[in-house]
Amino acid sequence: MNEHIINFENVNFTYDSQEDCNSPVLRNLSLSIDKGEFVAVLGHNGSGKSTLAKLTNAILIPSSGTVTVNGLDTKNDDNTNAIRQTVGMVFQNPDNQIVATIVEDDVAFGPENLGVPPAQIRQRVDEALAAVGMYEYRDREPHKLSGGQKQRVAIAGILAMQTDCMVLDEPTAMLDPRGRAEVLNTVLELNREKDITVIYITHFMDEAVEANRVLVMDNGEIVLDGTPKEVFSQVELLQSIGLDVPQASELCYLMKKEGLPLPNDVLNAQECIDALVAALEEYRCP
Amino acid sequence: MSVISITGLTHFYNKGTPFESVAIHDINLEIQKGELLAIIGHTGSGKSTLIQHFNGLLKPDKGVVKFNGSDIWENKKHIREVRFNVGLCFQYPEYQLFEETVYKDIAFGPQNMKLDESEIDRRVRKAAEFVGLKDELLEKSPFDLSGGEKRRAAIAGVLAMEPSVLIMDEPTAGLDPRGREKIIQLIKKYREETGSTVVLVSHSMEDVARLADRILVMENGSPVMLSSVKSVFSQRSRLVSMGLNVPQIAQVFSGLRSRGLPVSADIFTVEEGVKELLRVSQGRGIQ
Amino acid sequence: MIKDITIGQYFPGNSVLHRLDSRMKLVLTLMLIVAVFLCRGFYSLGLVFILTLLLVLLSRVPVKTVAKSVRPIVFIVIFTAVLNVFYTSGGSWTYQFWIFKISEKGVMMAVFMAVRIVCLVVISSLLTYTTTPTALTDAMERLMSPLTVLKIDVHTLAMMMTLALRFIPTLIEEIDRIMSAQKARGADWESGSLVSRAKALIPVLIPLFVSSFRRAYELAFAMECRCYTGGKGRTRMKQMKIRFSDIAALIFVCLIIAAIVLMDLFLSKVLL
Repeated sequence: MNEHIINFENVNFTYDSQEDCNSPVLRNLSLSIDKGEFVAVLGHNGSGKSTLAKLTNAILIPSSGTVTVNGLDTKNDDNTNAIRQTVGMVFQNPDNQIVATIVEDDVAFGPENLGVPPAQIRQRVDEALAAVGMYEYRDREPHKLSGGQKQRVAIAGILAMQTDCMVLDEPTAMLDPRGRAEVLNTVLELNREKDITVIYITHFMDEAVEANRVLVMDNGEIVLDGTPKEVFSQVELLQSIGLDVPQASELCYLMKKEGLPLPNDVLNAQECIDALVAALEEYRCP
Repeated sequence: MSVISITGLTHFYNKGTPFESVAIHDINLEIQKGELLAIIGHTGSGKSTLIQHFNGLLKPDKGVVKFNGSDIWENKKHIREVRFNVGLCFQYPEYQLFEETVYKDIAFGPQNMKLDESEIDRRVRKAAEFVGLKDELLEKSPFDLSGGEKRRAAIAGVLAMEPSVLIMDEPTAGLDPRGREKIIQLIKKYREETGSTVVLVSHSMEDVARLADRILVMENGSPVMLSSVKSVFSQRSRLVSMGLNVPQIAQVFSGLRSRGLPVSADIFTVEEGVKELLRVSQGRGIQ
Repeated sequence: MIKDITIGQYFPGNSVLHRLDSRMKLVLTLMLIVAVFLCRGFYSLGLVFILTLLLVLLSRVPVKTVAKSVRPIVFIVIFTAVLNVFYTSGGSWTYQFWIFKISEKGVMMAVFMAVRIVCLVVISSLLTYTTTPTALTDAMERLMSPLTVLKIDVHTLAMMMTLALRFIPTLIEEIDRIMSAQKARGADWESGSLVSRAKALIPVLIPLFVSSFRRAYELAFAMECRCYTGGKGRTRMKQMKIRFSDIAALIFVCLIIAAIVLMDLFLSKVLL
């Protein structure tokens, strides 16, 4: 039980501004995240995935039900600081989270708020920047960086706070393919090498396949929860709730319907090629 | 007949300062009437700079831009007319909404064209219907719309000018799969119904494969490939070396061919892929 | 590209002046400005002028760049000089030229005023050439911190300044984007009456305001997530230390001021 770093129990959430309280953004949602997991949360816009993210670090409080972080209840104001030192958050818009005029000053912002001694801040900042590959940019001005670079600076800012868990709310939605790859690879590395728990909200399938656990949300509820292979084999369900599967998965799914002996859980081009070659062995030219 | 014709187009950043650098260099391009030309390239390759020359937002430092055969900069006073005929829809266009009502915002373009009231009304309603905005939404404030509705309202604002060339810069950026599909269908429908020429700047190879007739590949300010979809996507290794890629389905079929399966190399969408695999397998019958 | 503009006139470098403590530089600049106004004669002003040239050399900022900061005020300098030449009389000679009377005192005053203005501008420019905007706001925050006793929230004011500096380039880019988008729909700021041109700003200002509010909202969330609760209990990574060179500079400026006062008392015939 103590392995759960974040726990949602029967959480319902309605925004104060919502006219219709009978259609909550989150419905009776229960969920546990363990330390070290890399959880991708997929869903179309309006499925509640961003709201889920904001409930993990007490930006939002459940209308009913409980959210606990390392056992601390988010409803309790006294816990807020401790919770935010456990769960750090990276947002979608790269610009709207950078506060300082120089990269290293921005990364220092979090530790400065925590009252960390100056020499230690210096060390944390340098290490964090190195971990995201932005050390050479430490005295640059943020507005001169690319989107992917800005997001990596934001990630460094959270790293410098030494949080156990990092929640990223659609961090690559506004980036070009190069930036998306930079950010995803950085986060994957941090999860693997520093054992940081990651909750990664996205609508890009090719990013979700890299996680070790995928949650699919629709209409305020979790409709699928499993490994990428388990989740992406449910092609029809995913398409019915407005999500995509990778083209490779879709191809195998459709060919399986046509009678070809193919596995359910093809995720990428290579697996697709291997599976199709095996199924169509007899048609190969020598 | 080329609707837009570009010769020797060159544009500098920060001209005349110590920071001067080339944005785009010596570009020659003929855009055919009615075609859908996709422009791809990594960020910084000059795509945005290039398309802003098509409607006269940027002035060439060297070279000529012609619309329907005449130089758009011949008479500076007429440059605004060009913008009504060559409509440019920027990335994240919902950030330009400003009017009190959606109706008024869509009407902004036609009003600047100095059309009469009844014509403006016709165009606004037609554009709104085309993008799928219900009548009730027209009287609402644009800021009360959902994200997807805002984007469609902004696109309607450009369509209402009824341009003969429509340029769209990353129209699906930031949208979820459902939203992206709606926009792709919109573009398809627009071409079918109006016969307009469309220029599409996109990072999504899958979208490009579904929509484009030809592809222009830009790198470091220069055009490096200009050819049919088939021809450009068959050069995967070259594209990869430029930081680009081909649709996943094309990667699959290229892999299948290299493993000895007699499949065509020109498969760029899933539908085509299924058809091709059926063709190969049903030729001998499968259980 | 617009992205590449740098705020302020900061000229990167590693000179003696660049390396002085920012707070000290701010204080010394103010002292030197006072010193310029203290001068009442040519000897003292001459000393300040030489000092100014020395500072320019020490800063290793190219003379051309410094000259650029004087350009905007050339008109004022000439205007002041002309006024003094023609409207001040006195001194040991006068020269009649058509209807104009040019006196010795007039010419001396003209030169004096001109040199004074130039010194003022160059000294203040040197501050911004050798100190980044960030360092300046930091320095101002720390210098003003005693004011918290008077219940003035110095930290919040400094935070506002930093955020403004941080977002100015971003906002400029945004304005450019919005203007391009509206131009693409036929917006026109170049022709028409003043009223219609002002009205044409609405399609730019409203989106800018809306996006700025959204920006502020998101930024506030982000800052809260990083445990920002105002100035209390915050530490700073970058520490400012007064070093030997700072003390030396302070003593030097004090000596200059003393020299100015003494020179005016005992040496020259004073102009003012």
